[in-house]
Amino acid sequence: MISLTSYAFVSMMLFSIGAIGVISRRNVFVIYMSIEMMLNGINLFLVTFARYHFNMDPQIVTVMVIAIAAAEAAIFLSVIILLYRSRKSLDTDIFNTLKQGDN
Amino acid sequence: MNTNLLVWIILAPLLGAILNAGFYFYHIKKEKVSDLVFSIIGTGTPLISFLITLSLFLKMNSEGIIYKQQIFTWLNIDKLNIEMALLGDNLSIFMSMFVTFVGWLIHIYAIGYMKGDNGFGKFFAYFNLFLASMLILVLADNPIILFIGWEGVGVCSYLLIKFYYGSAANVMAANKAFIVNRIGDFGFLLGVVTLFFALGEVDLSFGSIEANISNASNELLILSGFLLFVGAMGKSAQIPLYVWLPDAMAGPTPISALIHAATMVTAGVYMVARFHFLYSGIEEIGIFIAYIGAFSALFAAIIATRQTDIKKILAYSTMSQLGYMFIAVGLGFYSSGLFHVFTHAFFKAMLFMGAGGVIIALHHEQNIFKIAQHRANLPIIGATFLVGVIAISGIPPFSGFFSKDAILAAAFQEGQYLIWAIAMFTAFLTAFYMFRMYFIVFVAPTKHTVSYTYTSKTITIPLLILAIGAIAAGFLNLPAIFGGNHFVDTWLGQLHSKHIHMSHTTEFVLMALSIIVAATGIMAAYSKYAKFDVTKPELETGLIGKKFYIDELYDTIFVQPLKAISTVIDKVIDDKIIDAFIMNSSTGFVNIGKKVAMIQNANVRFYAAFMLIGMMCVFIYLYITLGL
Repeated sequence: MISLTSYAFVSMMLFSIGAIGVISRRNVFVIYMSIEMMLNGINLFLVTFARYHFNMDPQIVTVMVIAIAAAEAAIFLSVIILLYRSRKSLDTDIFNTLKQGDN
Repeated sequence: MNTNLLVWIILAPLLGAILNAGFYFYHIKKEKVSDLVFSIIGTGTPLISFLITLSLFLKMNSEGIIYKQQIFTWLNIDKLNIEMALLGDNLSIFMSMFVTFVGWLIHIYAIGYMKGDNGFGKFFAYFNLFLASMLILVLADNPIILFIGWEGVGVCSYLLIKFYYGSAANVMAANKAFIVNRIGDFGFLLGVVTLFFALGEVDLSFGSIEANISNASNELLILSGFLLFVGAMGKSAQIPLYVWLPDAMAGPTPISALIHAATMVTAGVYMVARFHFLYSGIEEIGIFIAYIGAFSALFAAIIATRQTDIKKILAYSTMSQLGYMFIAVGLGFYSSGLFHVFTHAFFKAMLFMGAGGVIIALHHEQNIFKIAQHRANLPIIGATFLVGVIAISGIPPFSGFFSKDAILAAAFQEGQYLIWAIAMFTAFLTAFYMFRMYFIVFVAPTKHTVSYTYTSKTITIPLLILAIGAIAAGFLNLPAIFGGNHFVDTWLGQLHSKHIHMSHTTEFVLMALSIIVAATGIMAAYSKYAKFDVTKPELETGLIGKKFYIDELYDTIFVQPLKAISTVIDKVIDDKIIDAFIMNSSTGFVNIGKKVAMIQNANVRFYAAFMLIGMMCVFIYLYITLGL
């Protein structure tokens, strides 16, 4: 039997890799994939402990996260297309229009 | 006719000033206004003042009434009650009579003098304002209103001295006049405040001050009298605050005439006479005033003997004559002092106007030797100038003789023989330096003569009128030994002046002595300067020529240290401490803001990292505090 710690470790690894990906990568697609990875890391965590405690509530949350992630994917992809149309690029460092004028 | 006319003596020139200023603004902003408009307003309004004063004078003379006019209550705080009130008693009507008359003539003269000047309208606006300020001073019913006029003439003299503000020297002269006057004004104001407390905080009108003066402590009255006289020193150019007067010659000549004859410098004498009830109670200060007057008279006369600028000679002679006036009022002979103010107004205005006529004939040349080198043919000016010079030297029957002799006799009668001797010697010097100027400017042989035939009528007519005044004004106060009736002394009876009581022999001897002294002065001037070679001019050298280095002394003692202190305050305390603190506290925030703003760099990944760090901090905190 695979121990609880191993599951927790894998899910934390997934979350951490995702977080580092969000911070360090510039391509919007990669960032999107990293976010998905973080979500899945959390999902794995929830499911692991649901099994461990024989409690179905986290599983419901997990299903909801997956559903929302699907909806999010639809919005995210369309936003990415719009971003690409406006700047012909997917580099996040280009999209800095919130920045104050001269600093 | 009602007493409300009193305020119109002041309002007429004030309205003139406002109208002239308005037209002048129209003149420079929109379209040209003819000089005639300014001339009519500028000379018409003083004439109105003069006619009102004359009518009040005649009525007063026949009915013996005193005019009082309460315009409004200005301040009423607890015990301090200041009424905007005017007082037309014998003294103030006497003053305003010749102030308006001589002032009016100088206004007419200014039309000719300032002809074609760009600032013609501005000049008349200032001129009218000057006259209005002086009339406020003269007609005031309490020291506070008097102070308004007192400051008013200070401001107007400042504006007029730097009338040609293009030249730095004129601006410096105006600043000097204003600053020196401010020192005096401060003394005056302190004097009024001291008086207010000395009297137990009564209503401040002259009438109630006079009524309550016996309640006040003598020490406070002495202090107050001294401080008020400090104001008079500044305004009337006495030692040690006289330095502004010669420099004030930077202004156009009509201004010098107005300052010296009708307005401004006579204010100090008038003020002392106005406070006669105060000064007659404190004889120590009176003697002090007389000595200051005597030394100022002597000092100015000595300096005048070596000056080469025609207007500066006249300026020093004014200071010298003011010294005589202060001798008289200091010793309690108020009416004699004011009588000298009165006669002096005529001949000094005339001398300045004559000097102005000569100056414009020679295109603004003021050095007497250079004037002599290119002498213009100016018969009327020459004749009236001679009248003025004789009058100021004290040769009978010209007006200056009677007024000056009364002062000399007063000093002798009071037993102040030192003052008398100084005044006598000053009379000699006066005759000497005035005739020195006359001989050089009009008599000394010269090769070149400029054919200058036209002199404006507005210049010559006032001169002739004043010449009549300078000759005849003395008869208004003819001493009894000549069968006179002391008209001025009687008219100013309210002042309780002392009078000359001496045997006729003594009086005749003194008169003869003063005539001999004046004649000696004239002879000395004649022998030295009537045949003077004007191509070898005297220079302003030596101790006297350099005016005893008083300007330099003041510069070293007062001006330079003050400048040094100002520099330290400006460059060190202000720049390095106060500004540094304020600037760093404002720019410091900006700099911190800039640093903080760098976080807001619109880089999404950067924000994400921050969120992550924040969340990690929260978790670490929870882990530590909750011990999980």
